[in-house]
Amino acid sequence: MIMLRAEGLGKTFTLHLQGGTSLPVLDGAAITLEAGKCVALTGPSGAGKSTLMRALYGSYRVDRGRILVRHAGAMLDLAAADPRTILAIRRDTLGYVSQFLRVVPRVPALAIVAEAARGRVDKAEQLLLRLNIPRRLHALPPATFSGGEQQRVNLARGFAGGHPILLLDEPTASLDAANRDVVIGMIREAKARGTALAGIFHDRAVRDAVADATVTIEPLQDAA
Amino acid sequence: MANPSFTPSTATPGLDPGVHGPASPALEGLDPRVKPGGDEKLLWAEGLHLRFGPITALDDVAAELWPGEVLAIVGESGSGKTTLLNVLSGKLPPDAGAVWYRDPVGDAHDVHAMPAPALRALHRSDWGFVQQNPRDSLRMRVTAGGNVGERLMAAGSRHYGTIRDTAMDWLRQVEIEPSRIDDMPTTFSGGMLQRLQIARTLVTHPRLVFMDEPTGGLDVSVQARLLDLIRTLVARLGIAVVLVTHDIAAARLLAGRMMVMQGGRVVESGLTDQVLDDPQHPYTQLLVSSVLTA
Repeated sequence: MIMLRAEGLGKTFTLHLQGGTSLPVLDGAAITLEAGKCVALTGPSGAGKSTLMRALYGSYRVDRGRILVRHAGAMLDLAAADPRTILAIRRDTLGYVSQFLRVVPRVPALAIVAEAARGRVDKAEQLLLRLNIPRRLHALPPATFSGGEQQRVNLARGFAGGHPILLLDEPTASLDAANRDVVIGMIREAKARGTALAGIFHDRAVRDAVADATVTIEPLQDAA
Repeated sequence: MANPSFTPSTATPGLDPGVHGPASPALEGLDPRVKPGGDEKLLWAEGLHLRFGPITALDDVAAELWPGEVLAIVGESGSGKTTLLNVLSGKLPPDAGAVWYRDPVGDAHDVHAMPAPALRALHRSDWGFVQQNPRDSLRMRVTAGGNVGERLMAAGSRHYGTIRDTAMDWLRQVEIEPSRIDDMPTTFSGGMLQRLQIARTLVTHPRLVFMDEPTGGLDVSVQARLLDLIRTLVARLGIAVVLVTHDIAAARLLAGRMMVMQGGRVVESGLTDQVLDDPQHPYTQLLVSSVLTA
């Protein structure tokens, strides 16, 4: 079952502080996500993989194209949806793991993950432990954690919601081999549950382990 | 209270199913940025204009707010954001345009056409206002408990024991030692005063709270605590908030939607992450690129 289908996506950044420079990044980008499958975005650095990912999540507005998302039994166009609809889609349907954890400074790691787990503290705890965040850190805010630990809290938060569609922006970038394997296991389990995933995986081993298909983003020619 | 045009809703604070909507019970009390709330707008304004002599403070401003959502209004000093807050909350009449509020029964009220007693009743019950300087709203010669209890009494509570218990509970919720209940606010730090103001404001379970730079003028460490507190309480009580701030990082953490103001106009609005991560307007790009990240 198709969970997300994006087509004809165009995105040009206009940098007003740099004299209105136009920076075209996407032109006709397309991607389809199916339940139980993982699509890896590939392409050289700077080609627009993260831009596409953020467009799919609605953080970046696209200039052209449609992003159809299966939400509440219908295909909705996220690119044309109003803010409240996008928030509802994110709450129920579309999850995202960003490269960096961004949270209110004082909130403990467990509370951050439990909130994403829709209040299920036991589930949050399990996820943190599985990602090798020891129990003694759960009550501490992640601001004091190492980069890798923060990324693992971020992953726990991303997987906690159980969204039918999950977007992963370099989820294994700062992880050691053991934790990378944990993440591979979590992605495989999500697929088995029917989750549709898209990810940017710089680590070839991870990509080979989880991806069912790849979509290559080619850099656009520089505009005049 | 005997005003026909407005009935305060304190009888069932925060319990009206028509107000807080058909949200899934499993999602209650979670992220305020994602709270669906009801399907009908709580507050909306159209065509607001206001001039102070030669200065245009508001130039054709529109705004809308749904139950349970946090809307941030950002911009630099003089952009008109505090003026907009004052017009939305009925404190300052616009030269043109209107502000509407939908009460728990579902009736819409033209805020600036309401009789003064009805507007005061609204501010005592359904609405709350958190000022940048807590001294502007607290009574500094009344005890901490008295400050919280006073608003309860204004909303109709009469039983002393209940009022004191509720006040004590709210001091605890804003992380003020309950043993300080009989202390004067003059003995409190700036951060404590701001938390006391929040307790005083939320004790009546308002549906809508206006906040004017609630973390302004506080130490950074105190700001984080206050942000966390506001976020938690607002989510748990399902309160809608209009938050005026120049602190973009705070707005990102608290608000689902954002409006950017410059020179009395709304130059950009949308989802908070859209506005901050993909700003379209030159002024928003300047604002976002000027933020220091620690």
